[in-house]
Formats: sequence, C-alpha cells, structure tokens
Amino acid sequence: MTPNGFLQIGLYLAVLVALVKPLGAFMARVYKREKTFLDPVFGPLERLIYRLARIDAAREMDWKENAVAMLLFNAAGFLLVYLMQRVQHLLPLNPEGMGPVSADSSFNTAVSFVTNTNWQGYGGETTMSYLTQMAALTAQNFISAATGMALLALIIRGFARHSATTLGNFWVDMTRSTLYILLPLSIVFAVVLVSQGVPQNFSPYAHAQFVDPPRDTSGAFVKEQVIATGPVASQIAIKQLGTNGGGFFNANSAHPFENPTPLTDFLEELAILLIAAALCYTYGQMVGDTRQGWALLVAMTLILVAMLGVCYWAEGAPNVLLNGHGIDQSAGNMEGKEVRFGVANSALWATVTTSASNGSVNAMHDSFSPLGGMIPLIAMHLGEVVFGGVGSGLYGMLVFVIVAVFVAGLLVGRTPEYLGHKVESFEMKMASLLILIMPITVLLLTALAVVTSDGRGAIANPGAHGFSEILYVFTSQGNNNGSAFAGVSVNTPFYNIMGAVAMLIGRYWLAIPTLALAGALARKKLVPAGEGTLPTHTPLFVFWLIAVVLIVGALNFLPALALGPVVEYFMMIH
Amino acid sequence: MIVKHTITSLIALLLLTVITGVLYPLLVTGIAQVAFPAKANGSLLTVRGKTVGSVLIGQPFSDPKYFWSRLSATAPYPFNAGSSTGSNLGPTNPALLDEVQGRLTDLRKADSLNALPVPVDLVTSSSSGLDPDISPSAAAYQVGRVARARGIGEDAVRALVDANTRERTFGLLGEPRVNVLALNLALDESAAWKGGK
Repeated sequence: MTPNGFLQIGLYLAVLVALVKPLGAFMARVYKREKTFLDPVFGPLERLIYRLARIDAAREMDWKENAVAMLLFNAAGFLLVYLMQRVQHLLPLNPEGMGPVSADSSFNTAVSFVTNTNWQGYGGETTMSYLTQMAALTAQNFISAATGMALLALIIRGFARHSATTLGNFWVDMTRSTLYILLPLSIVFAVVLVSQGVPQNFSPYAHAQFVDPPRDTSGAFVKEQVIATGPVASQIAIKQLGTNGGGFFNANSAHPFENPTPLTDFLEELAILLIAAALCYTYGQMVGDTRQGWALLVAMTLILVAMLGVCYWAEGAPNVLLNGHGIDQSAGNMEGKEVRFGVANSALWATVTTSASNGSVNAMHDSFSPLGGMIPLIAMHLGEVVFGGVGSGLYGMLVFVIVAVFVAGLLVGRTPEYLGHKVESFEMKMASLLILIMPITVLLLTALAVVTSDGRGAIANPGAHGFSEILYVFTSQGNNNGSAFAGVSVNTPFYNIMGAVAMLIGRYWLAIPTLALAGALARKKLVPAGEGTLPTHTPLFVFWLIAVVLIVGALNFLPALALGPVVEYFMMIH
Repeated sequence: MIVKHTITSLIALLLLTVITGVLYPLLVTGIAQVAFPAKANGSLLTVRGKTVGSVLIGQPFSDPKYFWSRLSATAPYPFNAGSSTGSNLGPTNPALLDEVQGRLTDLRKADSLNALPVPVDLVTSSSSGLDPDISPSAAAYQVGRVARARGIGEDAVRALVDANTRERTFGLLGEPRVNVLALNLALDESAAWKGGK
C-alpha cells in the first residue's frame, strides 16, 4: 500500500461522486419524459421506433403487463443471439473465418448477454466473428442494460406513487434509456478509447515478424506474431457503461487493446460505476426527496471502501511462499497483473467490477491472494446491491431497504413504513423470496458441481483454491456478474447449462417479484409521516441498512467462504 | 396482450440491434479511422517496411542482448496475441513456485554475476499474457547483462531505458513502466551497437 495508491483511489471516488448529481438529474429528466438537450438528435429516432414497433408511448401499464413485455423482449433477444452464433460462418464480417459456436456454448452466451451477466465460457478473439461481436453481443450490451434501467424506472414509480395501478411503459423507458443515456455516452467514450489506442477496424488480424522468435510447445521457432484486432472500442465503451463486462478478447480488460493506458483504466473503472451511482440521485429526484437517494449512495460507497481496503492490503502484500528466493516483492502480488496498472488499480478494479455487476477484469482474480480473491466473492455474495448492475443493483438495494425498515419496525413495535407506504405481509413475502433465492441457487449448484465429476473436472488449481473456483463460477452467474476465477474450464455442457440456469434465476426471479412489490406499493394509500416514522435518510438508517446487507450476506455464505479462501489463507501462512 | 407485445418485441429488437449493433460501431469506426487511423488499426510498428509488432502488445525475448519481458501463459507460444490469457495459477499452487523458480534460473544463468534481488514482475506471468511493459526496476536489473552482451557501455543502455520509460500519467495514474519492444528496437537501431544484422 503506497501513498500514490491511496491518492489514485481517492481521486477515483471523488470524480465518481462529483458526476452523480449532473448525470442523475439528467436521467431523471429522461424518465420523467422532460425535454433534454439531446431531443433534436434522438427525438426523431425515438418517435420512429415507437411508430414502427407500434408502441403507444402515451399508455401506461401495470406491473404484470410490463413484466410480460420485458420477458418477451428478452426472449426475442435470446433467440437472435443464439441463432447468430450458430450461423456466423454463413454471415458477412468474418475475416478470420470463425466457425459456428457449439450449441451449449451458444445457449450459455445468449443467456449470459441477455441477462446482463456477460459470463464468457469462450475466448472472444478465437470464437466470434466481427458481426457476432457487434450485432449480437454489442447490441445486447445496450439492450440488457436498458432493460435493467427500464425496470428500475418502473419500480421507482411504484415507490413514488400512491393509489395508482400503473408503473409506466417498459417500451418507452427502455427506448429512452438506450437513446438518451447509453448511446450518447458510449459514442463519446468509444472515441476517447480509440484516442488512447483501443482498435476500431474491420481488418483481418495483423501479422508481425517477431524480433526474437520464440519456440512453441513443440520446440519449433515461431516467426510471426498474430495480433487480433477488430471493432473493439465500440464494444468496450458500452461493456463498461452498461455494467456488462463481456470482453472482446479472452483476457478482457487486462488486454492492452481493451485497456491500453492508465488513463483508459481510470475512465473504464469510472464507467463501471458511473450510471449505477448516478441512478441513486435519479431515484431521489423521482421520489421527490434527493436525501433518500444520497442515503443509499452513502451506504453503498461505505461498503465498497471497506472491501477495497482489504483487497488492496492483501494484494499489496508479498506472497509468503515466494520468500527466500531473492525476489524483490515490494510491488506486491504481480502474478496475473499488468505492470501499467500495478496492485492499486488491480485491487480497485476487482472490487468495483464485482460490486457493480460488471464482471470485466483488468487482473486475473484466480491469481489473487486468498483474502484478496475473497473480496470479489463477498462483493457478489451481498447480492449485487452495492451499486450492482445498472438498474438491477438499485432495485435490489431497495428490497434491502424494505427489509431494513421492516426489521427496525419490529424492534420498536411500530408498523413499518417507507416513503409513505405501509410495508405489509405481501411486500415482506416478496422481499424474503428475493433475498433467499440467490444464495439457494448459488450454494445448491456449487454443491452439485463439487459432488459430480463433470463439476470437479473443471478445476485448475489444487486444494481449497479449487473449491473457491467452483464457488466463484456460480456466485458470479447467480448474481449476473460475469467475472471468473478464470482458470476453470467451464466451456463444457455441464457448466454451460447449469450456469445458464443460475443466470436466468438470478435475473428474472429477482426482477419479477420486485416489479410485483413495486406494483403493490403503488396501490397503497399515502400514510403521512408521523412521530413514529423512522426517517430513512439519516446516518442512523444508513448504518442500519449496511448492517442488514452485511449480516444477510455474511450469514448465507460464511460457511462456504470458510471452506475456500479462509482455509487457503491459513494454509498459506503456515 | 401477448401477441401485441410479441410483435413489438420483434420489431423493437430489430431496430435497436441495427442502431446499437451496426450503425453505432460503424459511426465509431468512421470517426476513429479519420481522427486516429494508426491507433484504430492497432498501433503497429514498422521497421524498414516490415511490421514488427504493436507498441501496445508485448513480445517474448530470450537472447541476453535484449531486455526480457514478463512471462506469458498464452499457447502454443508466449505472447500469442491471437489468444490472450493469464496463467490463472493460484497463490498456493505448487506450479506457481515452479514457474517462478524456472524464470529465476534462466535469469541467473544469463547473468551469473548479478546479485541484485529480482523484481517480482520479472518472474511472474501477466494477466493478458501480452503485457508490453516491465517495471523500471526490472529494466535496471537487466542493464548490466544487455550492455555486456552487446559490448557497449551501461550508460548508453541506461539512457535508452530512460528514453523508453513512461512515468505515471499526470504524475498520478497507473505505474511507471518501460516498453520492452520499443526499448529493444531502439537498442538495435542505436549508433553504439554495430553487432548483429
């Protein structure tokens, strides 16, 4: 840990917080359908989409109809992504002649990109044609992010409204999220990335003459270096902004073409949390009390900073097993890290990408120290509510708010209420369902993999670390994160199918009950705040909310963590 | 309701796929190829008409007269930029210790007089398998060997290292680093070096 490392982290947090209000206020205007400075550019396009797709933009829908619209739209997206991979060898823009992707891998990838997980069982530069990368994967980067943001807009209206039956129109919120928020930010960001060296072309892979030719595994000299390129920048920009995380290349954001300089690293890290953080402010504006949004943002940030501190400390320390060999380990644990980022930026990225449900990596989590690698696991075990995915993170956190309010109400013997809504048994049933389903999915699938040879066959590292690898697989997919302890060989039918199940449950089993919860809240009559009302914007409530999030997350996964990273840590130091 | 929303789903998907999956990448490509053509095409390095690599992508070196890069776990040969990957070795995996000791042996065999501690980035694999950089201390560790192998003064080598060292961006972001390929190309081109070729 160095003063410069703390300074970089401090600067990151300061810039992030400074951008929350301007972007959050802008997004509130988008969801309230007020005029924005982008109307002259995207207004005609928006109206064209409504006309051609037969969307009645003036009509609001209840939670069920919105849920149906969302599911049908995502199902269509799934089919398109699946089919494009299966027939990519017949389609244009395939200069490297990539063949069709296997059925189970295409299935997993289609589910993965539609659910905003972007788990990747494949290596991008050895599997996908340029057209698949663009029209299937880049497009779903936008569409799945816009789906999450639209769901959030609907759910926020449920929290804001009283005695109402409708939540808004999914089609309108989804279209406006894409056109007014994701697309303009991505265009600007992609051009900035190119200016730093991220490629953007449709050429075949480049071939270079090695200066000092190496030998391959058979001992023969290799004269040429193959250098994969393609339309990279346009995918990387939305991959970070939309908390998608699916890389153009196998090495993801560690690849010098995805993330060539410290400046791109800083901006990409910023992009990962930018929209999720700013949505807290949007929430505050839409419910008519910005303090409510700030309170959630403060709670998220405090949890993030605590996890970041542990991760940075653990990665900055030397690997004790390498002591005594005459190695200068002052740079920290550099296995699986890039020199231009160093330990501080690798720990920052790992914590940020798993707090948000982004899942891109600029260092290999599998090679992190035992406790450093435990932090990404914990960040995901909290249910992706510390920032989380764009939209989905905040609506997950709102569920925790309901639980926190309810438990606090029980403690003092008052009817719990939040923003003028009485919290009653239906809301608590939905909230309990939401909180239980993720750990059940993750732990059951982990257990299944550990006891089957198909599951154990994927392990790359021996001992407790191997268990952590499997736990990470299902934690990541069950929370729609997409990062990996990447040593595991998961491109097998067993993992592709089980993982897809985890991703589907993680996305829709959370989204639909939360919509139902929002629908129920919207119908309730306004309960004016009284003397017994627990204020939900105070430091007291912020700490209470943090406690609820941490206790639920810790209780669910402590035994599993004890078997993996904790055991490995104690074995290492002895 | 289902039929109506299914029709809307299909049309909206088609329109948004064209906008975000075709028009958007084309727009960015157009801007990129006009404004930053070299970077948009992979920052390729050319020496006497031959493409010798990309300034952003590392290459392996094993000749003592060159600075060596970090280890690379790509297959079937190191620094295969058509198939990026890290080693994914866990911190307690015995294979990690083997990898580190193997590199230490190679480094010491090529430079038996050097008693300096070996900087950790020189004995570990990068995350991408394509790391173009080493730390300034990893370069400093190798200056003596490279100077001797080329029969030139250490000061001349050190000057080239300094010329190919990049400090933190704005003095703050990232880590100081030395671009190995650029440094080695500069060594081959330097006036002090008349060997080889």
